[in-house]
Amino acid sequence: MKPSPFEYARPSSLDEALGLLVSSNGNASILAGGQSLMPTLNMRLSSPSLLIDINNLAELDGIKVAGGSLRIGALTRHSSVEGSKEVAQHAPLITMAMPHIAHPAIRNRGTFGGSIALADPAAELPACLCALNADIEIANTNGRRKIAASDFFKDLYETDLADDELLTAVEVPLNAEGYKSAFQELARRHGDYAMTGLAAHAKIEGNIVSDLRLAFFAISGTPVLATKAAAAISGKEVNDEAISIVQKTLEEDLEPFDDLHCSAKTKLIYAKELSSRILKVLIT
Amino acid sequence: MTNHIQINTTVNGENVSRLVEPRTSLVDFVRYELSLTGSHVGCEHGICGACTIKVNGEITRGCLMLAVQADGGTVETIEGLSETGEIADLQDAFLNRNAGQCGACTPGMLLTADALLKTNSSPTRSEIREFLSGNYCRCTGYEAIVDAIEVTATNRRKGS
Repeated sequence: MKPSPFEYARPSSLDEALGLLVSSNGNASILAGGQSLMPTLNMRLSSPSLLIDINNLAELDGIKVAGGSLRIGALTRHSSVEGSKEVAQHAPLITMAMPHIAHPAIRNRGTFGGSIALADPAAELPACLCALNADIEIANTNGRRKIAASDFFKDLYETDLADDELLTAVEVPLNAEGYKSAFQELARRHGDYAMTGLAAHAKIEGNIVSDLRLAFFAISGTPVLATKAAAAISGKEVNDEAISIVQKTLEEDLEPFDDLHCSAKTKLIYAKELSSRILKVLIT
Repeated sequence: MTNHIQINTTVNGENVSRLVEPRTSLVDFVRYELSLTGSHVGCEHGICGACTIKVNGEITRGCLMLAVQADGGTVETIEGLSETGEIADLQDAFLNRNAGQCGACTPGMLLTADALLKTNSSPTRSEIREFLSGNYCRCTGYEAIVDAIEVTATNRRKGS
Protein backbone atom coordinates (compact mmCIF):
# COMPACT_ATOMS: atom_id res chain seq x y z
CA MET A 1 0.00 0.00 0.00
CA LYS A 2 0.94 3.65 -0.28
CA PRO A 3 1.01 6.17 2.59
CA SER A 4 -1.65 8.83 3.11
CA PRO A 5 -0.49 12.26 1.94
CA PHE A 6 1.66 14.24 4.37
CA GLU A 7 3.70 17.42 4.40
CA TYR A 8 7.46 17.09 4.62
CA ALA A 9 9.98 19.27 6.43
CA ARG A 10 13.74 18.89 6.59
CA PRO A 11 15.00 21.16 9.40
CA SER A 12 18.65 22.13 9.44
CA SER A 13 18.97 22.56 13.20
CA LEU A 14 17.76 20.84 16.34
CA ASP A 15 15.96 24.02 17.45
CA GLU A 16 14.10 24.18 14.16
CA ALA A 17 13.08 20.51 14.50
CA LEU A 18 11.86 21.07 18.08
CA GLY A 19 9.93 24.17 16.96
CA LEU A 20 8.17 22.12 14.29
CA LEU A 21 7.32 19.44 16.85
CA VAL A 22 5.76 22.01 19.17
CA SER A 23 3.74 23.70 16.42
CA SER A 24 2.44 20.40 15.06
CA ASN A 25 0.55 19.61 18.30
CA GLY A 26 1.32 15.91 18.21
CA ASN A 27 0.37 15.44 14.54
CA ALA A 28 3.95 15.08 13.31
CA SER A 29 6.25 12.08 13.15
CA ILE A 30 10.02 12.23 13.31
CA LEU A 31 11.65 10.60 10.29
CA ALA A 32 15.15 9.32 11.10
CA GLY A 33 16.10 6.01 9.45
CA GLY A 34 12.46 5.35 8.66
CA GLN A 35 12.91 1.58 8.84
CA SER A 36 10.00 1.16 11.25
CA LEU A 37 8.09 4.37 10.49
CA MET A 38 7.81 3.79 6.74
CA PRO A 39 6.14 0.36 7.08
CA THR A 40 3.50 1.86 9.39
CA LEU A 41 2.91 4.68 6.87
CA ASN A 42 2.81 2.29 3.92
CA MET A 43 0.28 0.10 5.72
CA ARG A 44 -1.60 3.21 6.89
CA LEU A 45 -1.30 2.15 10.50
CA SER A 46 -0.38 5.78 11.11
CA SER A 47 -1.05 8.91 9.10
CA PRO A 48 0.79 11.94 10.50
CA SER A 49 0.09 15.27 8.78
CA LEU A 50 3.78 16.18 8.84
CA LEU A 51 7.03 14.25 8.64
CA ILE A 52 10.00 16.00 10.22
CA ASP A 53 13.07 14.55 8.53
CA ILE A 54 16.01 14.92 10.95
CA ASN A 55 18.59 13.34 8.65
CA ASN A 56 20.31 16.70 8.10
CA LEU A 57 20.97 17.23 11.82
CA ALA A 58 24.65 16.25 11.75
CA GLU A 59 24.94 17.18 15.45
CA LEU A 60 22.90 14.06 16.28
CA ASP A 61 25.22 11.75 14.34
CA GLY A 62 28.39 10.17 15.67
CA ILE A 63 30.09 8.21 18.43
CA LYS A 64 32.52 9.62 20.97
CA VAL A 65 34.04 8.85 24.37
CA ALA A 66 33.66 11.68 26.86
CA GLY A 67 33.36 12.08 30.62
CA GLY A 68 33.52 8.38 31.49
CA SER A 69 30.84 7.37 29.04
CA LEU A 70 30.36 6.37 25.46
CA ARG A 71 28.05 8.78 23.69
CA ILE A 72 26.14 7.50 20.68
CA GLY A 73 24.20 10.16 18.75
CA ALA A 74 20.59 9.33 18.00
CA LEU A 75 21.11 9.59 14.24
CA THR A 76 24.08 7.19 14.14
CA ARG A 77 23.26 4.38 11.70
CA HIS A 78 23.24 0.80 12.98
CA SER A 79 25.95 -0.06 10.43
CA SER A 80 28.23 2.65 11.89
CA VAL A 81 27.66 1.38 15.43
CA GLU A 82 28.29 -2.19 14.25
CA GLY A 83 31.68 -1.24 12.80
CA SER A 84 32.74 1.16 15.56
CA LYS A 85 35.98 0.37 17.40
CA GLU A 86 34.93 2.65 20.29
CA VAL A 87 31.70 0.71 20.76
CA ALA A 88 33.51 -2.65 20.56
CA GLN A 89 36.00 -1.51 23.18
CA HIS A 90 33.73 0.32 25.61
CA ALA A 91 30.33 -1.33 25.16
CA PRO A 92 30.95 -4.77 23.63
CA LEU A 93 27.39 -5.85 24.46
CA ILE A 94 26.10 -3.42 21.84
CA THR A 95 28.55 -4.74 19.24
CA MET A 96 27.36 -8.28 19.99
CA ALA A 97 23.73 -7.27 19.49
CA MET A 98 24.13 -5.36 16.21
CA PRO A 99 24.24 -8.30 13.75
CA HIS A 100 20.88 -9.46 15.15
CA ILE A 101 19.16 -6.20 14.18
CA ALA A 102 17.32 -6.90 10.93
CA HIS A 103 19.44 -7.15 7.77
CA PRO A 104 22.42 -5.27 6.27
CA ALA A 105 20.29 -3.07 3.97
CA ILE A 106 18.16 -2.03 6.94
CA ARG A 107 21.15 -1.47 9.24
CA ASN A 108 22.62 0.89 6.61
CA ARG A 109 19.68 3.23 7.07
CA GLY A 110 18.14 2.49 10.50
CA THR A 111 19.33 4.63 13.39
CA PHE A 112 20.40 3.84 16.95
CA GLY A 113 18.10 6.48 18.44
CA GLY A 114 15.17 5.43 16.27
CA SER A 115 15.27 1.92 17.66
CA ILE A 116 15.29 3.28 21.23
CA ALA A 117 12.52 5.84 20.62
CA LEU A 118 10.26 3.26 18.95
CA ALA A 119 10.60 0.83 21.89
CA ASP A 120 9.57 -2.29 20.04
CA PRO A 121 9.26 -5.04 22.68
CA ALA A 122 11.32 -7.40 20.51
CA ALA A 123 14.11 -4.88 19.85
CA GLU A 124 17.65 -5.66 20.94
CA LEU A 125 18.97 -2.20 21.82
CA PRO A 126 16.48 -1.21 24.55
CA ALA A 127 17.43 -4.38 26.45
CA CYS A 128 21.15 -3.71 25.95
CA LEU A 129 20.76 -0.19 27.35
CA CYS A 130 18.92 -1.54 30.41
CA ALA A 131 21.62 -4.18 30.95
CA LEU A 132 24.35 -1.53 30.69
CA ASN A 133 22.52 0.98 32.89
CA ALA A 134 22.74 3.61 30.14
CA ASP A 135 21.22 7.08 30.16
CA ILE A 136 19.02 8.46 27.43
CA GLU A 137 19.30 12.14 26.54
CA ILE A 138 16.19 13.97 25.43
CA ALA A 139 15.83 17.52 24.04
CA ASN A 140 12.85 19.84 24.20
CA THR A 141 12.44 23.58 23.74
CA ASN A 142 13.42 24.12 27.39
CA GLY A 143 16.75 22.33 27.06
CA ARG A 144 17.93 18.79 27.62
CA ARG A 145 17.22 16.13 30.22
CA LYS A 146 18.53 12.67 30.96
CA ILE A 147 16.71 9.55 32.06
CA ALA A 148 17.93 6.07 32.97
CA ALA A 149 17.11 3.50 30.29
CA SER A 150 15.25 1.33 32.79
CA ASP A 151 12.89 4.27 33.52
CA PHE A 152 12.53 5.32 29.87
CA PHE A 153 10.59 2.30 28.58
CA LYS A 154 7.01 2.49 29.91
CA ASP A 155 4.98 -0.05 27.99
CA LEU A 156 4.44 -1.52 24.53
CA TYR A 157 5.85 1.20 22.18
CA GLU A 158 5.42 3.69 25.02
CA THR A 159 8.33 5.68 26.40
CA ASP A 160 8.99 8.72 28.55
CA LEU A 161 9.30 10.88 25.39
CA ALA A 162 6.63 13.57 25.16
CA ASP A 163 5.12 14.61 21.81
CA ASP A 164 7.30 17.73 21.68
CA GLU A 165 10.56 15.98 22.57
CA LEU A 166 13.34 14.43 20.57
CA LEU A 167 15.76 11.68 21.63
CA THR A 168 19.23 13.12 20.97
CA ALA A 169 21.79 10.63 22.30
CA VAL A 170 22.51 7.67 24.51
CA GLU A 171 25.29 7.61 27.10
CA VAL A 172 26.67 4.24 28.10
CA PRO A 173 29.04 3.88 31.08
CA LEU A 174 32.44 2.66 29.85
CA ASN A 175 32.99 -1.06 30.30
CA ALA A 176 34.75 -1.46 33.66
CA GLU A 177 37.68 -3.74 34.45
CA GLY A 178 36.55 -7.29 35.21
CA TYR A 179 33.13 -6.92 33.61
CA LYS A 180 31.85 -9.08 30.78
CA SER A 181 28.83 -9.01 28.49
CA ALA A 182 26.91 -11.68 26.64
CA PHE A 183 24.03 -11.54 24.18
CA GLN A 184 21.76 -14.22 22.75
CA GLU A 185 18.40 -14.34 21.07
CA LEU A 186 16.17 -16.97 19.56
CA ALA A 187 14.61 -16.06 16.20
CA ARG A 188 13.12 -18.20 13.46
CA ARG A 189 15.29 -16.64 10.76
CA HIS A 190 18.44 -14.56 11.14
CA GLY A 191 17.42 -10.91 11.46
CA ASP A 192 13.79 -11.67 12.27
CA TYR A 193 12.10 -10.42 15.41
CA ALA A 194 13.29 -12.35 18.43
CA MET A 195 10.99 -14.89 20.04
CA THR A 196 12.94 -14.28 23.26
CA GLY A 197 16.28 -12.60 23.85
CA LEU A 198 18.67 -11.82 26.65
CA ALA A 199 21.34 -9.14 27.08
CA ALA A 200 23.59 -9.58 30.11
CA HIS A 201 26.38 -7.70 31.82
CA ALA A 202 28.22 -8.72 34.99
CA LYS A 203 31.41 -8.65 36.99
CA ILE A 204 33.25 -11.94 36.58
CA GLU A 205 36.01 -13.27 38.83
CA GLY A 206 36.91 -16.80 37.87
CA ASN A 207 33.58 -18.63 38.00
CA ILE A 208 31.98 -16.14 40.35
CA VAL A 209 29.44 -13.69 39.02
CA SER A 210 28.34 -10.47 40.72
CA ASP A 211 26.62 -7.18 39.86
CA LEU A 212 24.69 -9.19 37.27
CA ARG A 213 22.15 -7.44 35.06
CA LEU A 214 19.91 -9.72 33.00
CA ALA A 215 17.75 -7.77 30.53
CA PHE A 216 15.19 -9.88 28.69
CA PHE A 217 13.40 -8.71 25.54
CA ALA A 218 10.51 -10.01 23.43
CA ILE A 219 9.11 -11.22 26.75
CA SER A 220 6.56 -8.51 27.59
CA GLY A 221 5.86 -4.85 26.73
CA THR A 222 9.26 -3.48 27.74
CA PRO A 223 12.72 -4.87 28.42
CA VAL A 224 12.64 -6.66 31.77
CA LEU A 225 15.51 -6.66 34.25
CA ALA A 226 15.36 -9.98 36.05
CA THR A 227 16.52 -8.58 39.39
CA LYS A 228 15.47 -11.47 41.63
CA ALA A 229 17.16 -14.07 39.43
CA ALA A 230 20.30 -11.93 39.26
CA ALA A 231 20.33 -11.52 43.06
CA ALA A 232 19.94 -15.28 43.50
CA ILE A 233 23.31 -15.96 41.89
CA SER A 234 25.18 -12.79 42.83
CA GLY A 235 28.52 -13.51 44.52
CA LYS A 236 28.15 -17.20 43.77
CA GLU A 237 29.89 -19.64 41.49
CA VAL A 238 28.15 -20.42 38.21
CA ASN A 239 27.39 -24.14 38.23
CA ASP A 240 24.42 -26.37 37.38
CA GLU A 241 22.81 -25.89 40.77
CA ALA A 242 23.12 -22.10 40.68
CA ILE A 243 21.79 -22.02 37.12
CA SER A 244 18.73 -24.04 38.08
CA ILE A 245 18.04 -21.62 40.96
CA VAL A 246 18.27 -18.68 38.51
CA GLN A 247 15.91 -20.47 36.13
CA LYS A 248 13.37 -21.14 38.89
CA THR A 249 13.59 -17.52 40.11
CA LEU A 250 12.87 -16.23 36.60
CA GLU A 251 9.28 -17.36 37.16
CA GLU A 252 9.00 -14.52 39.71
CA ASP A 253 10.74 -11.92 37.54
CA LEU A 254 9.03 -12.52 34.23
CA GLU A 255 5.43 -12.22 33.15
CA PRO A 256 5.68 -13.23 29.50
CA PHE A 257 2.92 -12.42 26.99
CA ASP A 258 1.79 -14.42 23.98
CA ASP A 259 2.85 -12.99 20.64
CA LEU A 260 2.71 -14.01 16.97
CA HIS A 261 5.70 -16.28 17.36
CA CYS A 262 4.99 -18.28 20.48
CA SER A 263 3.00 -18.58 23.68
CA ALA A 264 3.88 -17.06 27.04
CA LYS A 265 4.68 -20.54 28.32
CA THR A 266 7.14 -21.13 25.51
CA LYS A 267 8.76 -17.74 26.12
CA LEU A 268 9.40 -18.70 29.74
CA ILE A 269 11.05 -21.93 28.64
CA TYR A 270 13.21 -19.98 26.15
CA ALA A 271 14.10 -17.41 28.83
CA LYS A 272 15.28 -20.17 31.15
CA GLU A 273 17.33 -21.76 28.39
CA LEU A 274 18.89 -18.42 27.45
CA SER A 275 19.79 -17.66 31.06
CA SER A 276 21.67 -20.95 31.27
CA ARG A 277 23.50 -20.33 28.01
CA ILE A 278 24.36 -16.74 28.91
CA LEU A 279 25.74 -17.59 32.36
CA LYS A 280 27.97 -20.27 30.82
CA VAL A 281 29.19 -17.80 28.19
CA LEU A 282 29.91 -15.18 30.85
CA ILE A 283 32.33 -17.43 32.74
CA THR A 284 34.19 -18.74 29.69
CA MET B 1 -3.23 17.97 -1.67
CA THR B 2 0.30 18.30 -0.37
CA ASN B 3 3.01 20.48 -1.82
CA HIS B 4 5.34 18.88 -4.29
CA ILE B 5 9.02 19.23 -3.57
CA GLN B 6 11.84 19.79 -6.02
CA ILE B 7 14.62 17.21 -5.80
CA ASN B 8 17.96 16.99 -7.54
CA THR B 9 19.69 13.66 -7.48
CA THR B 10 22.06 11.51 -9.49
CA VAL B 11 20.58 8.27 -10.74
CA ASN B 12 22.91 5.79 -12.43
CA GLY B 13 25.31 8.62 -13.17
CA GLU B 14 22.76 11.00 -14.66
CA ASN B 15 21.50 14.18 -13.02
CA VAL B 16 17.78 14.05 -12.40
CA SER B 17 15.54 16.94 -11.31
CA ARG B 18 11.89 16.30 -10.57
CA LEU B 19 8.98 17.59 -8.54
CA VAL B 20 7.83 14.81 -6.24
CA GLU B 21 5.02 14.30 -3.80
CA PRO B 22 6.53 13.78 -0.30
CA ARG B 23 4.87 10.39 0.13
CA THR B 24 6.44 8.89 -3.02
CA SER B 25 8.86 6.12 -2.07
CA LEU B 26 12.25 5.98 -3.74
CA VAL B 27 11.40 2.70 -5.49
CA ASP B 28 8.14 4.10 -6.90
CA PHE B 29 10.05 7.18 -8.02
CA VAL B 30 12.62 5.25 -10.04
CA ARG B 31 9.94 2.94 -11.46
CA TYR B 32 7.22 5.45 -12.38
CA GLU B 33 9.13 8.71 -12.90
CA LEU B 34 12.28 7.29 -14.46
CA SER B 35 10.88 4.05 -15.93
CA LEU B 36 13.64 2.05 -14.23
CA THR B 37 11.50 -1.01 -13.52
CA GLY B 38 14.32 -3.36 -12.59
CA SER B 39 13.83 -2.52 -8.92
CA HIS B 40 10.79 -4.49 -7.90
CA VAL B 41 8.06 -3.72 -5.40
CA GLY B 42 7.14 -6.66 -3.21
CA CYS B 43 5.93 -6.30 0.34
CA GLU B 44 6.32 -2.51 0.75
CA HIS B 45 7.28 -2.90 4.38
CA GLY B 46 10.92 -3.83 4.29
CA ILE B 47 10.67 -7.59 4.62
CA CYS B 48 11.25 -9.00 1.12
CA GLY B 49 14.23 -7.07 -0.25
CA ALA B 50 12.94 -6.99 -3.86
CA CYS B 51 13.20 -3.17 -3.90
CA THR B 52 16.89 -3.04 -2.92
CA ILE B 53 18.53 0.13 -4.30
CA LYS B 54 21.94 1.65 -3.63
CA VAL B 55 21.86 5.10 -2.08
CA ASN B 56 25.15 6.94 -1.58
CA GLY B 57 26.91 3.64 -2.25
CA GLU B 58 25.03 1.52 0.29
CA ILE B 59 22.21 -0.94 -0.28
CA THR B 60 18.89 0.21 1.18
CA ARG B 61 15.23 -0.69 1.02
CA GLY B 62 13.70 1.39 -1.80
CA CYS B 63 10.28 1.05 -0.16
CA LEU B 64 11.48 2.40 3.21
CA MET B 65 12.97 5.61 1.90
CA LEU B 66 11.20 8.59 0.40
CA ALA B 67 12.22 10.01 -2.96
CA VAL B 68 12.61 13.44 -1.31
CA GLN B 69 15.29 11.94 0.92
CA ALA B 70 17.42 11.17 -2.14
CA ASP B 71 17.73 14.92 -2.77
CA GLY B 72 21.42 15.72 -3.17
CA GLY B 73 22.34 12.04 -3.07
CA THR B 74 23.50 9.33 -5.43
CA VAL B 75 21.17 6.52 -6.44
CA GLU B 76 22.13 3.34 -8.28
CA THR B 77 19.69 0.72 -9.49
CA ILE B 78 20.16 -2.69 -11.08
CA GLU B 79 20.03 -0.96 -14.50
CA GLY B 80 23.07 1.16 -13.60
CA LEU B 81 25.06 -1.76 -12.23
CA SER B 82 24.19 -3.84 -15.30
CA GLU B 83 25.20 -1.13 -17.74
CA THR B 84 28.62 -0.52 -16.21
CA GLY B 85 29.38 -4.24 -16.36
CA GLU B 86 30.63 -4.22 -12.78
CA ILE B 87 28.49 -7.20 -11.77
CA ALA B 88 28.54 -8.99 -15.15
CA ASP B 89 30.35 -12.00 -13.67
CA LEU B 90 27.78 -12.28 -10.87
CA GLN B 91 24.94 -12.04 -13.38
CA ASP B 92 26.56 -14.74 -15.55
CA ALA B 93 26.90 -16.99 -12.51
CA PHE B 94 23.19 -16.49 -11.67
CA LEU B 95 22.29 -17.38 -15.27
CA ASN B 96 24.55 -20.44 -15.41
CA ARG B 97 23.25 -21.81 -12.13
CA ASN B 98 19.60 -20.94 -12.95
CA ALA B 99 19.51 -18.80 -9.79
CA GLY B 100 16.96 -16.45 -11.32
CA GLN B 101 13.84 -18.49 -12.08
CA CYS B 102 10.83 -16.11 -11.87
CA GLY B 103 13.12 -13.09 -11.50
CA ALA B 104 11.13 -11.13 -8.93
CA CYS B 105 13.86 -11.25 -6.29
CA THR B 106 16.84 -11.30 -8.68
CA PRO B 107 17.71 -7.57 -8.89
CA GLY B 108 17.63 -7.30 -5.09
CA MET B 109 19.64 -10.50 -4.74
CA LEU B 110 22.28 -9.22 -7.16
CA LEU B 111 22.68 -5.88 -5.38
CA THR B 112 22.83 -7.56 -1.98
CA ALA B 113 25.31 -10.20 -3.19
CA ASP B 114 27.46 -7.45 -4.71
CA ALA B 115 27.46 -5.60 -1.37
CA LEU B 116 28.53 -8.80 0.41
CA LEU B 117 31.37 -9.54 -2.01
CA LYS B 118 32.67 -5.97 -1.67
CA THR B 119 33.09 -6.40 2.09
CA ASN B 120 33.96 -10.11 2.20
CA SER B 121 35.85 -11.63 -0.71
CA SER B 122 35.63 -15.21 0.57
CA PRO B 123 32.33 -15.66 2.40
CA THR B 124 31.34 -19.09 3.70
CA ARG B 125 27.99 -20.50 2.59
CA SER B 126 26.60 -19.68 6.00
CA GLU B 127 27.83 -16.08 5.77
CA ILE B 128 26.23 -15.79 2.32
CA ARG B 129 22.92 -17.05 3.72
CA GLU B 130 23.13 -14.70 6.67
CA PHE B 131 23.82 -11.68 4.47
CA LEU B 132 20.96 -12.63 2.14
CA SER B 133 18.56 -13.23 5.03
CA GLY B 134 16.76 -9.97 4.23
CA ASN B 135 15.99 -11.01 0.65
CA TYR B 136 13.15 -13.44 0.00
CA CYS B 137 13.16 -15.91 -2.87
CA ARG B 138 10.13 -18.15 -3.33
CA CYS B 139 11.49 -20.20 -6.27
CA THR B 140 15.00 -21.45 -5.79
CA GLY B 141 15.13 -22.55 -2.18
CA TYR B 142 18.26 -20.34 -2.14
CA GLU B 143 20.69 -23.18 -2.97
CA ALA B 144 21.25 -22.00 -6.55
CA ILE B 145 21.68 -18.38 -5.41
CA VAL B 146 24.23 -19.33 -2.75
CA ASP B 147 26.04 -21.47 -5.34
CA ALA B 148 26.19 -18.59 -7.83
CA ILE B 149 27.59 -16.18 -5.25
CA GLU B 150 30.11 -18.74 -4.03
CA VAL B 151 31.31 -19.39 -7.60
CA THR B 152 31.63 -15.65 -8.25
CA ALA B 153 33.67 -15.17 -5.08
CA THR B 154 35.97 -18.06 -6.04
CA ASN B 155 36.44 -16.77 -9.58
CA ARG B 156 37.14 -13.24 -8.41
CA ARG B 157 39.80 -14.52 -6.00
CA LYS B 158 41.41 -16.43 -8.86
CA GLY B 159 41.29 -13.22 -10.86
CA SER B 160 39.37 -14.81 -13.73
